[in-house]
Amino acid sequence: MAETQVGMQYEDLRHQSDTALIGMWLFLATEILFFGALLFTYMIYRLWYPDGFIAAVRHANILIGTLNTAVLLTSSFTLTAGLLYAKAGDMRRLIYSCVATIGLGLLFMALKALEYAEDFRERLVPGTNFALADHDGARIFYLFYYTATGVHLVHLAIGIGLVLYIARRARRGDFTAQAHTPVEVVGLYWSFVDIVWLFLYPLIYLVGRGG
Amino acid sequence: MSGWFAPAASSTGVETDHLFWALMAISSAVLALVFGLMALYVVRYRAGSPIDRGALAEKSWIFEIAWTGASLLLFLGLFVWGADLYVRLYQPPGGSLKLNVVGKQWMWKIEHPAGQREINALHIPVDTPVELLMTSEDVIHDFAIPAFRIKHDVLPGRYETIWFQATRTGDFHLFCTQFCGTDHAAMIGWVDVMTQPDYQKWLDAEAPSETLAAAGAALFQRYGCSGCHAGTSTVKAPPLDGLYGSPVPLEDGRTVTADDRYLHDAIIEPSTERVAGFPPVMPSYAGQIREEDLFALIAYLKSPAKEQP
Amino acid sequence: MSEPVNYLTNGWTIRSWLLTHDHKRIALLYLVSITGFFFLGGAAAALIRLNLLTPEGALVSAETYNRLFTMHGIIMVWFFLVPAVPVTLGNFIVPLMIGARDLAFPRLNLLSWYLFMIGGLVALYALFVGGVDTGWTLYTPLSTNYSKGHVVAAVVGIFISGFSSIATGLNFMVTIHRLRAPGMTWFRMPLFLWSLYATSVILVLATPVLAMTLILLSLERLFGIGVFDPALGGDPLLFQHLFWFYSHPAVYIMILPGMGIVTEIVTTFARKKVFGYKFIAWASIAIAVIGFFVWGHHMFVAGQSLYASLVFSILSYLVAVPSAIKVFNWLGTLHKGTIRFDAPMLYALGFIGLFTIGGLTGLFLASLAVDVHVTQTYFVVAHFHYIMVGGMVSAFFGGLHYWWPKITGRIYPEMWGRVAAILIFFGFNLTFFPQFILGYLGMPRRYHSYAPEFQILNILSTAGSTILAAAYLLPLAYLTWSLFWGERASANPWRATGLEWRTASPPPTENFAEIPVVTEEAYEYPPPEVAQHG
Repeated sequence: MAETQVGMQYEDLRHQSDTALIGMWLFLATEILFFGALLFTYMIYRLWYPDGFIAAVRHANILIGTLNTAVLLTSSFTLTAGLLYAKAGDMRRLIYSCVATIGLGLLFMALKALEYAEDFRERLVPGTNFALADHDGARIFYLFYYTATGVHLVHLAIGIGLVLYIARRARRGDFTAQAHTPVEVVGLYWSFVDIVWLFLYPLIYLVGRGG
Repeated sequence: MSGWFAPAASSTGVETDHLFWALMAISSAVLALVFGLMALYVVRYRAGSPIDRGALAEKSWIFEIAWTGASLLLFLGLFVWGADLYVRLYQPPGGSLKLNVVGKQWMWKIEHPAGQREINALHIPVDTPVELLMTSEDVIHDFAIPAFRIKHDVLPGRYETIWFQATRTGDFHLFCTQFCGTDHAAMIGWVDVMTQPDYQKWLDAEAPSETLAAAGAALFQRYGCSGCHAGTSTVKAPPLDGLYGSPVPLEDGRTVTADDRYLHDAIIEPSTERVAGFPPVMPSYAGQIREEDLFALIAYLKSPAKEQP
Repeated sequence: MSEPVNYLTNGWTIRSWLLTHDHKRIALLYLVSITGFFFLGGAAAALIRLNLLTPEGALVSAETYNRLFTMHGIIMVWFFLVPAVPVTLGNFIVPLMIGARDLAFPRLNLLSWYLFMIGGLVALYALFVGGVDTGWTLYTPLSTNYSKGHVVAAVVGIFISGFSSIATGLNFMVTIHRLRAPGMTWFRMPLFLWSLYATSVILVLATPVLAMTLILLSLERLFGIGVFDPALGGDPLLFQHLFWFYSHPAVYIMILPGMGIVTEIVTTFARKKVFGYKFIAWASIAIAVIGFFVWGHHMFVAGQSLYASLVFSILSYLVAVPSAIKVFNWLGTLHKGTIRFDAPMLYALGFIGLFTIGGLTGLFLASLAVDVHVTQTYFVVAHFHYIMVGGMVSAFFGGLHYWWPKITGRIYPEMWGRVAAILIFFGFNLTFFPQFILGYLGMPRRYHSYAPEFQILNILSTAGSTILAAAYLLPLAYLTWSLFWGERASANPWRATGLEWRTASPPPTENFAEIPVVTEEAYEYPPPEVAQHG
């Protein structure tokens, strides 16, 4: 269905587009509360077990973590570029941008998989011959690590699906320079997934590592 | 056996009842006002009633400010009254009779300092402040004595304290009031408040072979604590004489007081509060020592002259 | 002469219902599901009350009893009270009341129903293959390390239904912001919309915290990580904080829509402008906001710090103020009104009485010292049932009767409506008032068996519950009857103000032939002299 179709509850296309964007912003607010609860738990336990947390942070693979940060930031760039192409009516380059974004997203997941494999090899999994067993805080850190990165990966996977969806719609010719709201809505979501990572990255890899 | 208006049987309980009945009086007044006005209006202004409805009050501000302000003032007063009593509810007076309580699925175990143990029963003297140091062996329970108007959750891994002073003799219900599994409703018992002479008789009759501290001394040997903490040991371990109540400098720079909680955690999870200047070699006894035995060990550590088993 | 096509007759296939985008049809899909869950939760309640007839609890074993009250709580909270008004009356009425043709996101609305059904089925599966025995509050470490029930399955069901809540709240907020009819400013909106807006703010902001809490709970139970387990360095109190951070605002999700309904009914059946419109509107927002900061009043004896308890107590008193304002404003609306006693009004008056009792007992619980005595007893049980059942369910029934002509195009039999309302009021009081006394005397909640001296009050309570059960079945019977044989309704049988009454009963799929333009304030009823002649 072409994006120019306007629901009967809307006055015009503009009304519909603006409303869709407000809806996505509101949804992102709920996501802030969702991840926020996890970050809050992290903060409490970090205050209680600073040693354990620092020990765990020192074991995190900062190379992969930093690479992944660069990958995600670049993917936000490619998708935003796609949005600008859509606004300019260049649907072909929009599709290329989507492909690049998906590729980078998959690269993130591959790097993450490598990192998990290394974590398992180094026995950094609580409950299974845990390498940092004499640090209570480390065990809780790894709860946070696996939960946060796991939930983040689920969001990333959904994001990849959404980008695929808009690429397909673009290919079908659903979008015009005036009517391409799904691209912007998905762009917001993708950027949010990126921002969540920007919070997770220092908490997992950086804080307490030096000094 | 409690009647309909069972009077409170503890000093603070009596105060709680005063506040309760004040709230009851206020609530009844407000309720009478609300129901009264409602009844008045629906009768007076029912459809078909020829009463003159006249001009409607346009400015509602005065009423709104009035009842908002009145509510706020009233609530503030109620808050202060309740908060003051609550603060005193959780501040035991000095010199209380101190007992230990362990809650576990599905029974209450109580230990007297002289070594008497009870299950699902608490014998105490009247007109004496009693302080309970409580913990749980498993899930969260709650130690409640409705007649004393007191209760508190009992948590695993933590010590919680309540206190009360019974004002009359008799038998009063003891209930677990935090849902704790299948036989939660069976985790009940009786508090037997006795006169001082009767209480002494009970203590003598129940006299155990050893006091709590002596039992703790035996455990101190059995679990190998003396291996490191006796004066003759080659391992460098913090000395325990006179430790209770004194400040302990920790490795991370903080200083904590060696109270019941500290001693409990030092045995169960020594790695969380390592003492400054000592090697981190003490093993954790988590899961190996029951909570009631921990009470005994701590009683031993608290005792001035360490009693030999 | 053929009738005009309305939303009910516009398509007869199952597909046209199960794949509908029409907010009105989705509301009916929800109504059927909600009713089912209500009676399921009610059946559990019936068994609970029957078991409590004797002190030994002779009817069921302790194990079964524990699973029954857990099932009752989980179903009633998450699959009845939280969704009920928003997804049925809200879904149906909001676009009509606001002068729109649908909600902002119709497909999201349909998705939210499917999510609700899937979550409900998963939770029911858990409850029927053996149940959960932790109480709906799922406290750790009981739920994580000791319970032998199907905790994770139940939690997954609740988690999925949470998405449904968030979707509904999001839809309403955006709709109210963006789809108001021309001329309908914020302060011309009927107050039902203000209360739903406040409800939606809570739905959207509180539910995600529950979602994360349930994830952590499940991970703890499945993998024993230690986030809530003191033996592994965790804190069981953290679970309580996270849980109540959602669950306290959740009770405002449950009551705010009911308050909105009461305002609509009282103005219509007193035929008078509401007293203090802006105060009621802002009171709804105040309840939603302050409600986020009082969760610790569930933990006065849990082991939290003294200072935390002091703060939570004073804030809990503060949150009672806007509710008090609403009660006084409803009374002010009755003053000099022209009052009719149709069934919806009886429900609304019942609400005002029962909610006031429940709310006043909240003052007892907010008082720190008194709470120590009555918390975890039947006093608390009576308190929240007065508000949620005496209040909320009465309001729901009131709203259902009030908007029934609009939704179905039929009038329900008025006499039966009044009988049910009165029966509910008396049955309810007989069931729950004795429980205040039981609580003060010390009877703990969640007890399968109890001390013998509590029996007489328990028998009274159970007797009341049989009346209540019959009273709840009555509307099921006569409302269903009215679908086939009820008198046909006009567009505005109550002669009420509000845009929903300016279209046919039942409305056409697109709601309005032409979107109305709003030029009046809300509740602009003519002065009484005119009404008496009219």
